[in-house]
Amino acid sequence: MIAENFKLFRESVAAIALVVAISACSEPAPVIEGTEPSLRRLTEQQYRNVIADLFGDHIVVSGQFDPILRQDGLIAIGAGNATISASSFDKYERLAHAIADQVVSKGNRDLYIPCAPARLDGADDTCAQAFLEPVGRLLFRRPLDPVELSQAVNLANRASEQLGSFYDGLAFGLTSLLVSPNFLFIIDELEEDSSGDPELTDYAKASRLSFFLWNTTPDAELLDIAAAGGLSTQDGLETQLERMMQSPRLREGVKAFFADMLHLDDFEHLEKDNLIYPAFDPQANDHAREQLLLTIEHHLLDEDTDYRDLFSTRKTFMSGPLGRVYRTPVSEPELWTLHEFSDGDGRSGIQSLAGFVALHSHPGRSSPTIRGKAVRELLLCQTVPDPPPEVDFSLFNEMGSEKMTARERLDAHNSVPSCAGCHRITDGIGLSLENYDGAGQFRTKDVGLDIDTSGNLDGVDYEDQFGLASALSQNPALPVCLVEQTLAYGLARDPGREAKDWVGYLTEQFVQDGYRFKPLIRSVAASENFFAVTRPQQNSAPETQVGALPNSTQGTDS
Amino acid sequence: MTLLKTQKPSRRSFLRGTLAGTAVSVGVPFLDLFLNDRGTALASGAPLPQRFGTWFGGLGHTPGRGIQALEGTDYEFIHECQSLEPYKKEYINYFSGFNTPLDGAASAVHYTGWVAGKTGSVPQGFGVIPAPTLDTIIADKIGTKSRFKSLELSSTGRPIDSYSYRSSGNHNAAEVSPVNFYQRLFGPEFRDPADTDFKPDPRVMLRQSVLSAVEDDRSRLERTVGYEDKARLDQYFTSVRELEQQLEVSLSAPPALEACRRPAPPEDAPIGYEVETVNASHDTLSDILALALACDQTRVFNMMYTQAASEARVKGTTFTHHILSHEEPPDDHLGYQVQTAWFNERGYQALSRMLDTFSNIREGDGTLLDNMLVFVQTDTSDAKTHSVIGIPSMTIGKAGGRVNTGLHINGNSAPQSRIGLTLMQMMDVSIGEWGTKSMRTSSPVAELIA
Repeated sequence: MIAENFKLFRESVAAIALVVAISACSEPAPVIEGTEPSLRRLTEQQYRNVIADLFGDHIVVSGQFDPILRQDGLIAIGAGNATISASSFDKYERLAHAIADQVVSKGNRDLYIPCAPARLDGADDTCAQAFLEPVGRLLFRRPLDPVELSQAVNLANRASEQLGSFYDGLAFGLTSLLVSPNFLFIIDELEEDSSGDPELTDYAKASRLSFFLWNTTPDAELLDIAAAGGLSTQDGLETQLERMMQSPRLREGVKAFFADMLHLDDFEHLEKDNLIYPAFDPQANDHAREQLLLTIEHHLLDEDTDYRDLFSTRKTFMSGPLGRVYRTPVSEPELWTLHEFSDGDGRSGIQSLAGFVALHSHPGRSSPTIRGKAVRELLLCQTVPDPPPEVDFSLFNEMGSEKMTARERLDAHNSVPSCAGCHRITDGIGLSLENYDGAGQFRTKDVGLDIDTSGNLDGVDYEDQFGLASALSQNPALPVCLVEQTLAYGLARDPGREAKDWVGYLTEQFVQDGYRFKPLIRSVAASENFFAVTRPQQNSAPETQVGALPNSTQGTDS
Repeated sequence: MTLLKTQKPSRRSFLRGTLAGTAVSVGVPFLDLFLNDRGTALASGAPLPQRFGTWFGGLGHTPGRGIQALEGTDYEFIHECQSLEPYKKEYINYFSGFNTPLDGAASAVHYTGWVAGKTGSVPQGFGVIPAPTLDTIIADKIGTKSRFKSLELSSTGRPIDSYSYRSSGNHNAAEVSPVNFYQRLFGPEFRDPADTDFKPDPRVMLRQSVLSAVEDDRSRLERTVGYEDKARLDQYFTSVRELEQQLEVSLSAPPALEACRRPAPPEDAPIGYEVETVNASHDTLSDILALALACDQTRVFNMMYTQAASEARVKGTTFTHHILSHEEPPDDHLGYQVQTAWFNERGYQALSRMLDTFSNIREGDGTLLDNMLVFVQTDTSDAKTHSVIGIPSMTIGKAGGRVNTGLHINGNSAPQSRIGLTLMQMMDVSIGEWGTKSMRTSSPVAELIA
């Protein structure tokens, strides 16, 4: 029953999106009211990217960042609802001092500070300002106002006098910018248009564009354009979009989006038992993550081709540590090399790569349920119901379950009707990925028995993962999910039901553009809807859901 | 008046320090070094500082294999919890039979139980934190005079494994690395009581100036955002103030607390779910924590041994603690899940080992355990069925004599929020009622109150 309801729900969602898309075919983009302005906490990667943009890679950003809890499937949305706890701020403050000390150190100061102080043993107002003003503009993503600037300069001056060192004092001025909420949060600043309605300032538009496409702060040129009001004209916006789409930073931006959508942050704490899977060592772990991103980057940016084919492509990249996992010779183990799987390798699509299947497995074995759930939720934007409470697992405890194949164990689960509904949703997908063990290594047997990889996805039956790849690529929910996630990521908000017409329109555009990702993100960023905001609410709203337990399979397994 | 240690600096010497060679006034230090004749209170008559902690171990214990109920409120720790028996009479209360009334909400497995126990409210699904967890409420009351308002720790290796929240979006992440934890507590900023030549660090004052400057932005920023974002900014500025307070503490000379000393730094060690790694990490974190408490660096802590639905595992095996709890068949002869029980037992042994550490810290005529209250929690009463009925919990410690101990208290289906309410009241939180819907209560557990 659950499975049937789920299927109806899924079909209705995809059908609505496509109907809307078709009806929107020849229409102009529907206008949405807008989303509420956001206050987004910088993610760890964004923080690192900004510091690298400003000061280069040799300023070390070391230390633990407290995690931002994922919400509605995305860290981007979680960042739009996160604050900064006392322990997090403690870490930011230490980090800020560590960065500032490096910037003003003897070895680095000439690189970053555009002037020599009048004296080394005290304050120099002019030189401090010459450094803090442009750095502050990039950190705050807008010019510092006179009060902010004088505050930072005064602080630097006071510290320089007290410590008897211009540079040591300047570090405190820089620290004050790095711990400011204007840096740690991306703030949608508003102004009123001629009708008195709220709209984003040009600087806020620049930030929204830059973090969406580059996952970092706007560069100086974008801020200059914003200062001149250039992002409020369609021509000005298009010109900047063209430049941003051509920038090498686009690669980081696209990878950041897919890392969020595919939950690749989970690699940081992924564990594989090194007795069972000795090849999947920490280096292989890191490379498995990178392989996914390189494959996506190559397919969507270099080849600029159909997103759906990402789930059936044989092309990927290989490295020495991964060669041991895939049991394939690697000619240049120190480098990433383009690699194409053959039929006998049994791989097609990113869902068959070691990273994807290992990420959605247990430390010591595979998990068709977790893998099926991942495909449903991450790739098709469908919700697998939570495990039912009060299931008595003793009903299917059997001796020797460690000697059973995954399919046999799941057959046992499915003897309980309340479990069977959801397992039918997930297991038809996951069982066809059983040729990959818990570390993503190819196998044909499990506990000494031949593996049966037959399965079913939304009415399409198949015999193996190649069949799954085909069914997944053609699933109508796949492109709609990408459009929805792209919007949610860019807005740091669930676009909500109000945006369904826009989702439909963008999906149609996506179809017409051959399911290519670059035109999709360009369409999103070029749209007035992307910058449309409503007036901030002044009343409280109910709590929303954030976070989840690991792999969200709290109820059961296999 | 008795000075418990010799060669302590005079109180007067605390009142003046130097800042880069310049004499400055510093705050009057915490006067813990002056204890009364019995060593149970400060000379001023104020009691010794009380601490509050939580300890969480996923999946609890097998029903019937934790305690043996004896006559009245007497009980005995057995089997999986046997390692706690030496502390039972003097320090531990065991709660059974307290309920989690759902009021029609679906039970989110491995989640609803602990959230309800820590917030007094049943969450509407995974990830929802309906109210601040009680440790944060207690920290606001008793944690304002120590260097850190609270410390969160996890031996799982994942910072996200902390059940301390002020709201859904305000999570107190856990410290997972003993090396980082040590640096934070006992690194260069630690005021070593053995250092008789204390001088406030001028850089600390400048750090305070930075924070003051940040706070100047507050009104400007809050004018520009909506209700929810303003609340989040408020929380940010609260965090700024807490750091200012933390820095303020480090500007005064260190109190010469009896058992305070800087421990040896821990060696870098692996972190992760493998059970030996979890236990080693738990031991090291506990050792550092004990001295952090002894040095009054914090008065509130949250320690997670393993998360709900524990992912602990044994190297070379394919089933985790959680999966075993569901799929391991009971032994034909013994009648229980042998491997699952083994994991459970390891958890309580780790807790017992932490109590050993705490009880080795002398304080007045007792130990740390006499001046703390630890709330021990888990996620289910029967992992096999995910039941939230009768989730076992415990209190450990005497809380300065405020709590009766050695009791087995059967809640007879009373809401588990009664335990949380009692804990907060014992920690001086002014609260008469707590919780929502059927979890709302104004009845503390009277048997606990000494």
